[in-house]
Amino acid sequence: MTKFEDKRPVDFVIVGAGGAGGVVAKELSTAGFQVVVVEQGPYFHEEDFTHDELKFKDIFDSPFIGREVLTNDHALQPNTFRKTESEKAALAAFVQYGQCVGGGTVQFTGNYWRFHEVDFAERSRWGPVEGTGLADWPITYADLEPYYTKAEWELGISGLAGANPFDPPRSKPYPLPPLPVKSSGVLLERGARKLGWHPYPAPLAILSQPYQGRSACAHCGFCESFGCEWGAKSSTLASVIPMAEKTGHCEIRPNSYVRKISTDKNGRVDGVLYFDSQKQEHLQRAKAVVVCANGAETPRLLLMSKSNLYPQGLANSSGLVGKFFMVDLGGLTLGTFEHPLNEFKSVRVTRVVQDFYDSDPKRGSYGGGGIDARFEFYPIGFALNGLPPDVPRWGAGFKKALKENFNRTLTVFSHTTCLPLESNTISLDPEAKDAWGLPALRVTYKSHPDDFKTLGFFRDRSLELLDAAGAGRKWALPIEDTIAAGHLMGTCRMGNDPKSSVVDKYHRAHDVPNLFIVDGSSFVTSGRNQPTCTIQALAYRAADHIIRMAKGGSIASSV
Amino acid sequence: MNTGNSSRRQFLLGLVSGLSSAWLALRWPAILAAQEHAQRAAASGQPAKFQFFPPEEAVEIEAVAAQVIPSDDAPGAREAQVIYFIDHVLATFDRDKQPAYTQGLKDLRHRTQELFSSANRFSSLIPAQQIQLLSAIEKTDFFELVRLHTIMGYLSRPEYGGNHDQAGWKLIGFEDQMTYDPPFGYYDSEYNKGR
Repeated sequence: MTKFEDKRPVDFVIVGAGGAGGVVAKELSTAGFQVVVVEQGPYFHEEDFTHDELKFKDIFDSPFIGREVLTNDHALQPNTFRKTESEKAALAAFVQYGQCVGGGTVQFTGNYWRFHEVDFAERSRWGPVEGTGLADWPITYADLEPYYTKAEWELGISGLAGANPFDPPRSKPYPLPPLPVKSSGVLLERGARKLGWHPYPAPLAILSQPYQGRSACAHCGFCESFGCEWGAKSSTLASVIPMAEKTGHCEIRPNSYVRKISTDKNGRVDGVLYFDSQKQEHLQRAKAVVVCANGAETPRLLLMSKSNLYPQGLANSSGLVGKFFMVDLGGLTLGTFEHPLNEFKSVRVTRVVQDFYDSDPKRGSYGGGGIDARFEFYPIGFALNGLPPDVPRWGAGFKKALKENFNRTLTVFSHTTCLPLESNTISLDPEAKDAWGLPALRVTYKSHPDDFKTLGFFRDRSLELLDAAGAGRKWALPIEDTIAAGHLMGTCRMGNDPKSSVVDKYHRAHDVPNLFIVDGSSFVTSGRNQPTCTIQALAYRAADHIIRMAKGGSIASSV
Repeated sequence: MNTGNSSRRQFLLGLVSGLSSAWLALRWPAILAAQEHAQRAAASGQPAKFQFFPPEEAVEIEAVAAQVIPSDDAPGAREAQVIYFIDHVLATFDRDKQPAYTQGLKDLRHRTQELFSSANRFSSLIPAQQIQLLSAIEKTDFFELVRLHTIMGYLSRPEYGGNHDQAGWKLIGFEDQMTYDPPFGYYDSEYNKGR
């Protein structure tokens, strides 16, 4: 295992070993650079991932039993939350992200949707949306297409090219065929076809066949919220991080919590200050820093890295670090069916529809989305939260409903637009602190009215879909203000103008030539609430340009 | 990058009420310890002993749990030995809920005497009386906590002390296997036959 000394500057230090950081680490180390990746969370291995709902199930599905083993621990790193700037923020568990080597890709569902061409140019296509900062990206789909392909082939994505008529053009098919269809997928397909929609096999970051020395999915069913014991989920932990380590010049340093990016007298970054697992502070020196800490922790770290040269925080001359925070919006609609679905087996999602992906002025609001069908529960979470609303909460009727519904319930899950609002932010709480004495992450968030209209539109489509599929009972969860988020986007937006963006189109901070920011924070718009594929394509693209610049001598620090 | 959405989380987190903060503070090592304890107890072949409850209190809590998930032709909370699960979590990673149980048991006794003057133990009431009493307290934090622990004990891994003989999993039709082959359910089975 490669180990670097703190004091000797390495070529790059990467903050965060997640979906983006893992990719950047692999690319830079393979190109010959010395890389240290500092990661807040632990380094788990396949044998650590067991079928134990009580241990692993995430906080959001089952609030009473949230373990926060694979995700950030709110007891140690509290968030505060308010809807608007005029309120005082109160303690909350708003932001959730993967906090381990592999980051969120360890426990994600594996939905792997490319953005569409229009996602990069919505402002030009639709014009301004009142009260929002809707803007075009400084890159196009065509700029990113080769990197989508690279991500799919290198990480291992299963899917069927050409099956979705709304898919953007692609230069290569998926490397692996789709996973076998489940009853949830069959029912979605049946309902969607009746309605004249276009269902297609879900593209998933899960191996349908052995690939690059990794095992195929064994359909064990403990997928979303769990780590894969087979290495079949295409997390960076299972795919690119081992490749990075194999180069012999990449060190993954887990349990390392960065509190500040340090700068030299010329205003260039020269390393990161971090706490080890014993709360001892270290300075890892580096010629350049790549921040891949996610759309919430990245802006927090930049704001905590303020100095005399950067009194507003690092890379923040625009004042936009932390602003335009976007989250995962979507809705759940449930229905019951006559025969057993047995959804506790295999992957979560096998069919998707994107007929309403694009915005449509006829709807009277801006936004769109996609729909998948799944069973969104494990046994305990189902008993607590998955039954029809009028079922008794205890007693004989409760028990009867548990017995009848566990294997006969389907959830239709819509994934929808979140508009970028300058007033939605990540900032430093002026009072609350984490267990290291650092300012707590403060969220200010309230959805735009159009986002609610979009959610309502998709609730209606989802109920239609359940009807067409032959559901007996059906019900929708209420549409209300968001109080939690797992897809964290937009807080260091990418752009050509340093006054209206934080990073340039190569992910280089406008203000600091040897600082790069590569994760969901770079997003200008939210797409349709499935960001991982695009985060990783951006990471491959950014790495290409960082390598080009480094080899051309244009980023070396003065250290 | 877990999937999620506003309404779902709103809905689900809305259930947390006063119980959330302590649950958030649960630590993995404590859970591991609880599992190890349960496994040791199972391996020793000795009848499981209560770590937290005096036996007479365990009887009361078990009686409440047995109304949350009653016994009929299929095992309920009692046969699934949910009481051992509750005892384990109160002695280990849910230690901070001990006072809620101690106070809740006192209140339960009061309520029993208040509603049925001849009785002073909930467990000695006939089922209809037990249901009447629980209906009167079903909005309390104590009932909510016992309900939660009962559900968890009925459906969590048997290593935690409950879900004896996988009774809870059998009821709902959940299986615990490392691998499955398609077809998985009725509709995909039919779908593939049609191809």
